[in-house]
Formats: sequence, structure tokens, C-alpha cells
Amino acid sequence: MVIPAPNLVLPKDTPAPGKADYAGLKIGILALQGAFLEHANMLRRLGAAPAEVRLPGDLDSLDGLIIPGGESTTIGKLAEEFGLLEPMRQFISAGKSVWGTCAGLIFLARDIGATGSGGHVTPPRLPVIDITVNRNAFGRQVDSFEADIYPAFAPDGPPFRAVFIRAPRIQSVGEGVQVLARLEDGTIVAARQGQIMVTAFHPELTDDPRFHEYFLSLVKHFNR
Amino acid sequence: MTAQNGAQGQNGPEKGTWRVKVGLAQMLKGGVIMDVVTPEHAKIAEEAGACAVMALERVPADIRAHGGVARMSDPALIERIMNAVSIPVMAKVRIGHFVEAQILEAIGVDYIDESEVLTPADEQHHINKHEFKVPFVCGCRNLGEALRRIGEGAAMIRTKGEAGTGDVVEAVRHARAVLGEIRRLQNMPDEELMTYAKEIGAPYELVKETKELGRLPVVNFAAGGVATPADAAMMMQLGMDGVFVGSGIFKSGNPAKRAKAIVEAVTHYNNPKILAEISKDLGEPMVGINVSSLPREEMLAERGW
Repeated sequence: MVIPAPNLVLPKDTPAPGKADYAGLKIGILALQGAFLEHANMLRRLGAAPAEVRLPGDLDSLDGLIIPGGESTTIGKLAEEFGLLEPMRQFISAGKSVWGTCAGLIFLARDIGATGSGGHVTPPRLPVIDITVNRNAFGRQVDSFEADIYPAFAPDGPPFRAVFIRAPRIQSVGEGVQVLARLEDGTIVAARQGQIMVTAFHPELTDDPRFHEYFLSLVKHFNR
Repeated sequence: MTAQNGAQGQNGPEKGTWRVKVGLAQMLKGGVIMDVVTPEHAKIAEEAGACAVMALERVPADIRAHGGVARMSDPALIERIMNAVSIPVMAKVRIGHFVEAQILEAIGVDYIDESEVLTPADEQHHINKHEFKVPFVCGCRNLGEALRRIGEGAAMIRTKGEAGTGDVVEAVRHARAVLGEIRRLQNMPDEELMTYAKEIGAPYELVKETKELGRLPVVNFAAGGVATPADAAMMMQLGMDGVFVGSGIFKSGNPAKRAKAIVEAVTHYNNPKILAEISKDLGEPMVGINVSSLPREEMLAERGW
């Protein structure tokens, strides 16, 4: 059930990240389990209004949605149990922007490849972006790391210090998916297909707002 | 967390930084960490939506009943549990037993609990947790104890409660103590902070940081005596970031159902209608011990310095 979305390069009239006014944008954060407060803090800093989403009715009147980091099994099971999968699918089909970080990336990925460590239960998901991911791809917690990346939307800016925690990686992307960032060894760690964006790392754990700004610029662009 | 974040300003990939240690705890928030003693239990916990499991040989209720010296679990058992589930696996070491911690780091557990539930190996010193790449969680009864543990390198805190009792009263006492002390700290003028740090036996820098943040500088879960969805939701409403459930699940009549209900209660902790629905027909809770009937020398929470 992949939502067809063109590989849009943002047109010239789209506000550049960081220079726009995001006041009034209401961004939902799936608050079933995980690091949803950190996203809310960053959104507030940028002038947007965060809202916690626990039940289908909470999706009403949102401009965009973030699926945060946490445990993908827990988040998937709770989303299914409380009837959120279909309403979220409709939300995205209606053209609203969505961003999954870490567990959120797994939640939105079309295919799950080999797992780096541990068991093999595949949680309920909303497979809307044409990528294949490997869960726990870098190993266990002792292998969690920080590394510099260079976001495709800010090629001339300073590096972005990305925090990877028991992180997945993007094994491959389909046609129409734009790679937004890679590690030095070429591993894909951020991507976008139309209004759907995913990152394997946690921009909400840093002080650097560039990925949040980029997402808000997508929300503005696709809401027009 | 600025005080201990030595990672910033460096460019190469780096493992085991303060930010990735604290970060995993941040990913566990709003979740339930369950004690399990077999791979089968671990799978039941994962299936129920646990955000992590604590691998051990005996749950605290059985440690109480069994008596004797309680030690780190067999690494082979912990590895079998690690191989059975994809969620993070924690394991316990005795207070001060840094070699048990080295062993758990070597097999790659995701978090180490330096725990008062096991028999302490050192009656004066805790482990220097800064020396490890694997993050640690430690128990506390009050703000001073929490900040001492963070000062030693704990990247996550849990209030102790009284493990293995199924009586939530101590978990509430400890949560109210920590949160109440933070509220008082926020109203304190800066010139009083040094004396306050001395009084509670906490590092000054961490006292200052806690005042500025209005919360502990790391994630803080509730633990020790949580046995029902209502217990779990109460700890969340009090202001905890998540919940550990030890004996409460696998010492109950229907572990799978109770585990799932407690997970849902932590998500919907502020929604009494949903809490009512998920509290129905859960079967027998664990039998439990009134903490007020426990002699002081049997109180596990007294361990830790």
C-alpha cells in the first residue's frame, strides 16, 4: 500500500529552512511510547504548535505528524490496538506530511530486511515509504554512536551531529525516494518520498533544529 | 546534561557517549520494562508491548522467599533472552560489583541495573559507571541519592519502591520525595544551593542543573511494587517517565493479559475511561506483602549509599 508520491525537489518559492515562519502550524506527535516530549520542545522552539496523538480523534485539524523514536514493537502494537493505523493512512493519503525517526522510520518503511541482533517479531506498521530497512542494524546499545552527516538540503552548512541509538539503517530505496543523508561509508540514514520523510537517527536529541525546520518546510509546502 | 557531555565538538563517529547512554532511556519513556526469567517470558513481554525486559534468574518476590545471597544472573540465561527478543535487554548487578558489570558489558546487554534487589557487594561505594560504554540505571529514594548516582555516571534513574511486595506505597513515597524536592529546589534562591547540595549529599553542579531543568537531568522511572494498571497510571500521573514491573506480572494469574493492560495504562494514564476498560477481568494479581508488616532489615530499599 505504497502511496505514489513524486520525487519532489522543493521548488524555488518554497521557504528555505530556518527563514520561514512556522507559527500556527499544528504538528501531531504520536505519543503512544517513546521520546515525544523532545520533538515537542524542538517544535515549540521553532514556533510550531505540538499536539500529542494517542487516539484517532487526536489527528483532526493537524497539519503534519511525527512518529517518534521509541520501541517499534510497542508503538506498532499500541497503534493497532487503539485503531490508529487506518486513520493515519488516510491522513497521509490526504497529502499531509509525516516524519518518522528511528522506530518511526521502521513504522513507515515498506519492507523490513534482516535484523542486526535479537528476535524477529515484525510489529504492526504503516508501510507507506518505498524503502527497505534493517532493524538494530548497527548492533546493540554498546554500539550506539554519534557521527557527523551532511544533509542534502544543507550541503554547504556545517555537519549535523546525528545520534544513532540501537538504530535501523536504510538498506535500499525505491525509485522516487530521495536520499537526504548518508554516513561516511555510504549507509543511507535519511530519505524522503514526497511528503513522507524518515531518519534513522534522532535530531530531537540535539540542539540542531535543521531537520525539524526542513520537516516544517515540507508541511507548509504540501499543505498549500 | 551539559556537565557531563564530553562528546560535543568532536567530529568522528563515537560510541558510548553520555548522549547515547541517556538517549536510550529517553527512547524507553512512556513504556513498561518487565522482569523476565526465561526466553518464553521475554517473548510474552515483547508481545504485550514491553519497551524493554530485565533478564534475571528470579523475580524479586522469589528472591525474598528464597533468601541467601542474590547475585548477577547466569550470562548464558541472559544471552538466551537477548537472542529471543528484539527489544532492549537489561540485567542486574550487585551494588558496587564492577566485575559483574564488566561481564554484562562483555556480553552486550543494553542497560545495567546496579540494583538493591541483589545482595550488595560493597557497603560504601557504588560502581564508577563513567568507565563503561554500556549505560546504567540505579535506584533512589530521594533527590540526593538520585544525584549521587548520576554523579557516578548513571544515565537513568528509577525510584526504588519496595521490590517483590506488590505494595505500591513505597514507590509512591519515593516518587513524591524526589518530585517534591525538585519543586522546593525550583523555589530556592541560588545562594542556598551549595548548602542544600551539602545537606542532601549531592554534587553541586547537578543540583544547579536540576533546578534549571525543573526535573532530573536523566529519565526517571517508577519501580518497586507496581502490580496493576491503576498503579502504573498513578505513577505516571505523579510525574514519572515510565514504569518497571517486576514480580507484578509473572506472579499474577494471567501474565500476558496483565502485561498488555499495564502497557496500555502507561500510554493512556490520563484517560480513566480507557483505564477502566483495560482493568477488567485481569485475573488474580500477585498476592503481595504489606510493606508496613516488613521488618526494617528486610527492606531492600535501605540498600544503597
